[in-house]
Amino acid sequence: MNPTPLSAYVNGVGLLGPGIANWAEGADILSGRHRWVSAPTVLPPPEGLPPAERRRTGAVVKLALAVGLEATRQAGADPARLPAVFTSSGGDGQNCHEICQVLASAERQLSPTRFHNSVHNAAAGYWSIATGATPASNALCAYDASFAAGLLEALTQVAIERTAVLLIAYDASYPEPLRSVRPIPDAFAVAMVLAPDVGPAALGKIEAHLSGAPADTIAEPLEALRRAIPAARSLPLLALLARSGAGNAVLEYLDHAGLVVTVSPCR
Amino acid sequence: MTPLVLSALTATSCIGRGVSQTLATLRAARSGLTPCAFETVTLDTYVGEVAGVDDTRLPAGLEEEFACRNNRLAWLGLLQDGFAEAVAAAAARYGAARVGLFLGTSTSGILDSEIAYRQRDAFSGALPGTFRYRGAHNTFSVAAFARRALKLQGPAVVVSSACSSSGKVFASAQRAIAAGLMDAAVVGGVDSLCLTTLYGFHALQLVSAAPCRPFDLARNGISIGEAAAFALLERTPGSLDADAVLLLGTGESSDAHHMSAPHPQGRGARAAMEQALTAASLGASDIYYINLHGTGTPSNDEAEACAVAAVLGPAVPGSSTKGATGHTLGAAGALEAVICALALREGFMPAGVNTRTIDPALEVNYLLENRAAPLIRVMSNSFGFGGSNCSLILGRAG
Repeated sequence: MNPTPLSAYVNGVGLLGPGIANWAEGADILSGRHRWVSAPTVLPPPEGLPPAERRRTGAVVKLALAVGLEATRQAGADPARLPAVFTSSGGDGQNCHEICQVLASAERQLSPTRFHNSVHNAAAGYWSIATGATPASNALCAYDASFAAGLLEALTQVAIERTAVLLIAYDASYPEPLRSVRPIPDAFAVAMVLAPDVGPAALGKIEAHLSGAPADTIAEPLEALRRAIPAARSLPLLALLARSGAGNAVLEYLDHAGLVVTVSPCR
Repeated sequence: MTPLVLSALTATSCIGRGVSQTLATLRAARSGLTPCAFETVTLDTYVGEVAGVDDTRLPAGLEEEFACRNNRLAWLGLLQDGFAEAVAAAAARYGAARVGLFLGTSTSGILDSEIAYRQRDAFSGALPGTFRYRGAHNTFSVAAFARRALKLQGPAVVVSSACSSSGKVFASAQRAIAAGLMDAAVVGGVDSLCLTTLYGFHALQLVSAAPCRPFDLARNGISIGEAAAFALLERTPGSLDADAVLLLGTGESSDAHHMSAPHPQGRGARAAMEQALTAASLGASDIYYINLHGTGTPSNDEAEACAVAAVLGPAVPGSSTKGATGHTLGAAGALEAVICALALREGFMPAGVNTRTIDPALEVNYLLENRAAPLIRVMSNSFGFGGSNCSLILGRAG
């Protein structure tokens, strides 16, 4: 059978990472207007959550909220009405470390909050509480392919359900000793509002298909960032969107498969 | 949505290895829950532990990279009912790149990390040299393992939305097949016992000291179980046996209420059930039986009863099979979908075992005994932390 084209307008983008505070800064860097200077990722306080919940959130919730809200504002979309796809290679590494430490102690007195924050869909849960979003949300993982897997799920929803979808990809680092076996140096997150119809601030139209092609690299020093943080595997696509140009980006996916994303101007 | 056929299925849990044993235990209305003697756990509780997991050897060449309890349970499950052979036949028919893989898990191989943290180097704090992150701890490890073990090359992903994970894989796979990304998909759930969930649910005071009693007046918490359950989804061929089982509808929603407590009136649960009915173009009266999420906590069963009564009415017969299997968390959606498929095929509704006195405050027609009845369409609910809800509708072909 003929596959349905997996295409969508990118109606808004949110971005946060080392030396990148938002999409505007990221777009300047990715388009070559500004030089990237590496600096630790600055996590903004979690917007929209009641104070009690706010105290309980870790890095991944702050990341997801920051980029998700930036993307939906840019798109002029109501976050409460958007289905969302969350994707992360590892979730909240600090929280996971604390749990493993407590479970290795004699008392094993686990905090209930630590436990409910340990679920891979914690960011999705806090997002829905903060924004009042009741549509479906997904929480995915595909190790280093997590961004491409999330994009594929989001584009499939756009194509099949004919709805706008919010994609949020994020990764944060583990502390030692897990950091040695999963060395993610810092936090990075990207969000996109993907829609069947063009929005007022749309950055381009994308279409995706699977291929055996190897993933694209980008120019150093950002290539090091792309390789180091799974959510930054999105950078070749973001670079195309930042340059408002047309072209292809092959994103890292699984063995035997790359995800080719074609960007075209939307007007 | 366009219905898909479950062309192969299998389930392994504490009530049986494969569907024959599972069906026999359900027919006998027995529980597989036993007093917890798992690992070094000292909690006063019952668990649904699968026998023989640690003795299961992974296929040649995969032991080094993927050895962990969760992947052993996955492989043990894939070996039952000729499931791996059915997947190989589908890969031969469509091409390995045209068969997708969508698995749900909540804790993956985290048990290895829990144990490794007890064995950290006293001086450097390092984890033991044998520890694997990617093939065990990481949330994707079960899909990475299954993709290699089944020799698939299509899209693969893990859905990890706590206890709705392996219900939601049916919805994602259905969309991917509809979009033409693949011709068939292996869907399933694998979750294995670990300290994080046993001590975590205990910390939340959600674990019962007795075998769980969903919808009972005296229910006081869950019993944690483990399971591996899978189905092979394909487009519906021109002719089907009458007892073939179809995926007819899926519904997904978010509570937007609380991280670990359901919306008191089951708002998100209602939305998921209503969406599943809409997707299947069915009405409430078309559902013959509902396999409830029914964890056995006071608040979950109350919220779900509210939602079921509102959407399907109080008369539809229902039960939770978690009294038999325990709550298998990220595997529960797939395990209970397979149980629903068996109920459709065999024409019987499984009793909710352990439950004695149905809570009169819950407006549901809860089954305390097995009931033989020709079933045409059934619903299965799965709800998770973070307010993640999923409902599936399965039906007979004829």
